[in-house]
Amino acid sequence: MANLKEVRTRIQSVKSTQQITKAMKMVAASKLRKAQDAILQMRPYAKKLHGILQNASANLDGEQKSKYSVERSVEKVLVIVITSDKGLCGAFNTNAIKEGLKVIQEKYDEQERNNQLWVLPLGKKSFEFFSKKGYQVIDDFYGIYADLSYEKAMEVAEYVMKAFLNGTYDKVELVYNEFKNVATQILCAEQFLPLSAVEQKEDVVVTTDYIFEPSVESIIKEMIPRTLKIQLYKAILESNASEHGARMTAMSQATDNAGELLNDLRLVYNRSRQAAITTEILEIVGGAEALSNG
Amino acid sequence: MQLEIITPDKTVFEGEVESATFPGSKGTFQVLKNHAAIISSLDKGKVVYVSNKKKYEITVNGGIVEVVKNKIVLLAEKIIEA
Repeated sequence: MANLKEVRTRIQSVKSTQQITKAMKMVAASKLRKAQDAILQMRPYAKKLHGILQNASANLDGEQKSKYSVERSVEKVLVIVITSDKGLCGAFNTNAIKEGLKVIQEKYDEQERNNQLWVLPLGKKSFEFFSKKGYQVIDDFYGIYADLSYEKAMEVAEYVMKAFLNGTYDKVELVYNEFKNVATQILCAEQFLPLSAVEQKEDVVVTTDYIFEPSVESIIKEMIPRTLKIQLYKAILESNASEHGARMTAMSQATDNAGELLNDLRLVYNRSRQAAITTEILEIVGGAEALSNG
Repeated sequence: MQLEIITPDKTVFEGEVESATFPGSKGTFQVLKNHAAIISSLDKGKVVYVSNKKKYEITVNGGIVEVVKNKIVLLAEKIIEA
């Protein structure tokens, strides 16, 4: 028979855990809404930027090679792995890190052995993992989620683009969780630099005859870094929204589990309480009978 | 004439304007009604627009502006404040 007092303390502790997970779920839900808003805010900018870039490149005669799309032999590689700062969000961080490792092992095994592989972690979890494992880590930016803004993302993007241009890296990969809905995250591993095939020019019918100032070439030249920055910013925001979504699901799961556990414990508690009362009554009745018989 | 000022963080302004002046990289230029279609890059500087006969001023750190059929879209990375 379970000890009554033990069960009671157990119930208490499960209850307080449940309260915490419930609160965390609520917090995650409100943060998720904010994160989604940020994505929605960014979308018109990205869309217009893309539109203008398309208009401009449709007006351009022939291909123009951007300095960001130069393919070099891949000797030095940078992998950007985006995770969150905090845990308790299910398999969210593990998945991103695993995907990062997979990319490294499958595509850049050789570079890793030659010590030509760097990791740029965004988010504390990613930073902790890769520095513990002894990778060459660029640790200037991992705290980006403490105070997330476009400016911060821009700093990272500018660093990466500059490093690509001056040959510090020949290729940059980006690994992150893309937000699909609250319960689903899609792991994404995409090439960030060099820029792969800028425009698919099919059926972009341009009727407007634009004046370009100063010139088409320089406009495109100016816009490509912007698209890159937006691409990185988008990845960061997506990962942020995914994190809160994942945490919300995990915490809701935990709250449900705690509820089930509570039900079981309460049953045990009541049963043993009833048993104790029954024994007590039996004892009293037995005692009284013995007295009256004597 | 419709003007939209957009940054990655938010839409700063959206509405009817009578005129708008931009710090183009080849010199400041003003856009009035029925301006020809243009795409121009901007330098850091002041954007001035007149809406409902009131003059507004903001400073951008460069950007891109597109004018098509009385619709102006300004993409700036950062607004340095009015």
